[in-house]
Amino acid sequence: MSYEYIKIGQEEKDFIAKVEEISGQNVYSCYQCGKCSASCAFSYKMDKSVNQFIHLIQLGQKKRILDTNTHWICASCFTCTVRCPRKIDVAALMEAIREISLRENPEKVRIADLPKESLGKLPNIALVSNFRKKTG
Amino acid sequence: MKIGVYVCECGSNIASTVDVEKIVEEAKDLPNVAVSRVYKYMCSDPGQELIKSDIEEFELDKIVVAACSPNMHEATFRAVIEDKGLNPYVLEIVNIREHVSWVNSDKDKGTEKSMSLLAGAVYRSALMKPLERKKVGVIHTALVIGGGIAGIQAALDIASMGYKTTLVEKTSSIGGKMSQLDKTFPTLDCSQCILSPKMVEVNRHPNIKLLSLSEVVAVDGYVGNFKVKIKRNPRYVIEDKCTLCGDCLPVCPVIAHDEYNQGFSPRKAIYISYPQAIPASFVIDPDDCLGIDPLICTKCKEACGPEAIDFDMQPEIIEEEFGAIVVATGYAPYPIENIGEYGYGTIHNVISGLDYERIVSASGPTEGKILRPSDGKIPETVVFIHCAGSRDPSKHLPYCSKICCMYSTKHALQYKHIVHNGTAINFYIDIRTAGKDYEEFYQRAAEEDKVIYIRGKVSEVLEDGDQILVKGVDTLSGETVELHADMVVLATGITPSEGTKEMASLLNLAVDINGFIKEAHPKLKPVDTAIAGIFIAGTATGPKDIPDTVSQASGAASKACGILSQDELEIEATVAIVDDSLCRGCGMCAEACPYSAIEIQVMDQYGHSTKIAYVNEALCKGCGSCAAACLNGAINQLGYTDSQILALISVLGGD
Repeated sequence: MSYEYIKIGQEEKDFIAKVEEISGQNVYSCYQCGKCSASCAFSYKMDKSVNQFIHLIQLGQKKRILDTNTHWICASCFTCTVRCPRKIDVAALMEAIREISLRENPEKVRIADLPKESLGKLPNIALVSNFRKKTG
Repeated sequence: MKIGVYVCECGSNIASTVDVEKIVEEAKDLPNVAVSRVYKYMCSDPGQELIKSDIEEFELDKIVVAACSPNMHEATFRAVIEDKGLNPYVLEIVNIREHVSWVNSDKDKGTEKSMSLLAGAVYRSALMKPLERKKVGVIHTALVIGGGIAGIQAALDIASMGYKTTLVEKTSSIGGKMSQLDKTFPTLDCSQCILSPKMVEVNRHPNIKLLSLSEVVAVDGYVGNFKVKIKRNPRYVIEDKCTLCGDCLPVCPVIAHDEYNQGFSPRKAIYISYPQAIPASFVIDPDDCLGIDPLICTKCKEACGPEAIDFDMQPEIIEEEFGAIVVATGYAPYPIENIGEYGYGTIHNVISGLDYERIVSASGPTEGKILRPSDGKIPETVVFIHCAGSRDPSKHLPYCSKICCMYSTKHALQYKHIVHNGTAINFYIDIRTAGKDYEEFYQRAAEEDKVIYIRGKVSEVLEDGDQILVKGVDTLSGETVELHADMVVLATGITPSEGTKEMASLLNLAVDINGFIKEAHPKLKPVDTAIAGIFIAGTATGPKDIPDTVSQASGAASKACGILSQDELEIEATVAIVDDSLCRGCGMCAEACPYSAIEIQVMDQYGHSTKIAYVNEALCKGCGSCAAACLNGAINQLGYTDSQILALISVLGGD
């Protein structure tokens, strides 16, 4: 049995502060009731459910968060935000993690690398969002 | 003889599984039955009026009511028949609700059982005799055992209602566990600041006599008339003479662990627990002092200006009588060294909740700085482990200790208030914040003070260099986790104190499976015990926070005053009675009696000295144990005599 080592030092605290700054949310408002995960239409596609994802933010586990697909599966439908009993804008937290991910790796999606046939299938808004990330 | 039979439908509670019309008709044919009726709610006013008018019209002299448990309405119907001039003890209640309709679904069988019970009651009723209630006088003083916040509140309330109260405390000062706490949740009131005014009030209240260093060693008697022996242990310092000047302290050569500070600081053999202690007097610990038998050192005596020190003080026994007793003997923390995997007692920086209270307290060994015990460094990460002992029926305590979620949250919050950059992590199973403003307090700790909560148990705590490796599980992520901490605080559970166990045994009070004193009823009589005149308050009855303890203490005080305010008390008439000519003094009844109400006395009978059982009617609860135990049939319980019970059984036994 391997144990996940948890370190909550300055680096982790800085990361939490950054997420809070971008999202305008207090991640410690979350008491892990799981209503967000219960409400999310795509929970089954996420490798960490929404509440687990927020829990990892509370613990400042940046690498593990960025390694999940959760924030990329999120379609920003805002159901979690509307239903959260602690008034957390969960979708804003998702967006904050996407921001951090893209700021550190702006080339995560290279439009030029996308196959031409896919471009027609992708929603326009997804492409526009992607360009927006490039503006920093 | 004319018997009236009344069958209650209790709405549909009884009528749905018992054919009430049928049993009412059949009852009419039973011997001596003059009238038999059914009504929807017999306990209602019209139901009661029905019985009253029948008593007049038919000149009834016995009443049988088939309804709910006598616990519910026996008193109601006794009052009804008494109102019409009948003796209240010629009433017989047949319980066809709890004993029949609620436990049956077959209507035929329910009806048959009800009929059989009702017929038995009618036969028994024919043999019932009027009984008289006797009266006993009341001593208008109260005894409160235990000087923690529960005992303090109870004593103050009784004294304020005008009754002399004796408060007995085992240690050298009142204040109890609350005096050791730093701040109290959820308001963060300083514990001493809200407690010490009450302690001072105890000290100066004209109706309160405070006996510190004292223990109750014997209790005899009954409600309104308890005879109590109190052993007062020597303080070796005369309370009235000691001026708290402290001249004795620098000269005392003995250094001992300071219990008040959980052993984290030293004290002398002559000491005062804490500056606000009441009685406000130094005390000498005879186990540490070199001046008490044999006399080796007299330095404090020489230094004492007011001549307050007396090495020859002896224990004394005080005998007093009281009308009512409040037991407020409190709790002891669970011995967490029993949880081997948490390392308490072997790893220096693993401490208990109460240890932490002293460390965080401004009057504690570190003067309010959070410094870990091993090296006095400020811990950068502190792990708080909830349920240390609690909710672990297989090895430790089966119950929830109720206060730990809140005090661990408070501990973490206090740590963050003092060590701003520190990390506070709570491992919990559930967070239970059922109290006024408690949930808000918990949310504040998380939101404002960034206290981290990880749902899951810690499996083990290991020493790793000068740090502690905490291994556990995060059940929300489903992962096993490990992390390094500089200090670990265990949320110690609550157990009944030694004093609680001793008093329960001395007073014959029933205890639950965990050793806490049992209430007479968990919901409706939370401060009564099974023994009339003895009340309970605080954590002696189970885990409780301060607000609950204080309100329970006020409740117990009010119930005690309910007794003290009377000049005489009526005692139940259904007591045991001895037939002197049949009794052979074997003593089996005395052994069977759970209330110590029977004594074997030597009496002069027909010129011979014989042993005969004597029943103290004030102590007797009418349980019938003695009557069942007696081989000669010499002891009977009034209202439930052998002939009455046999008449009942003969009917129930079949045709």
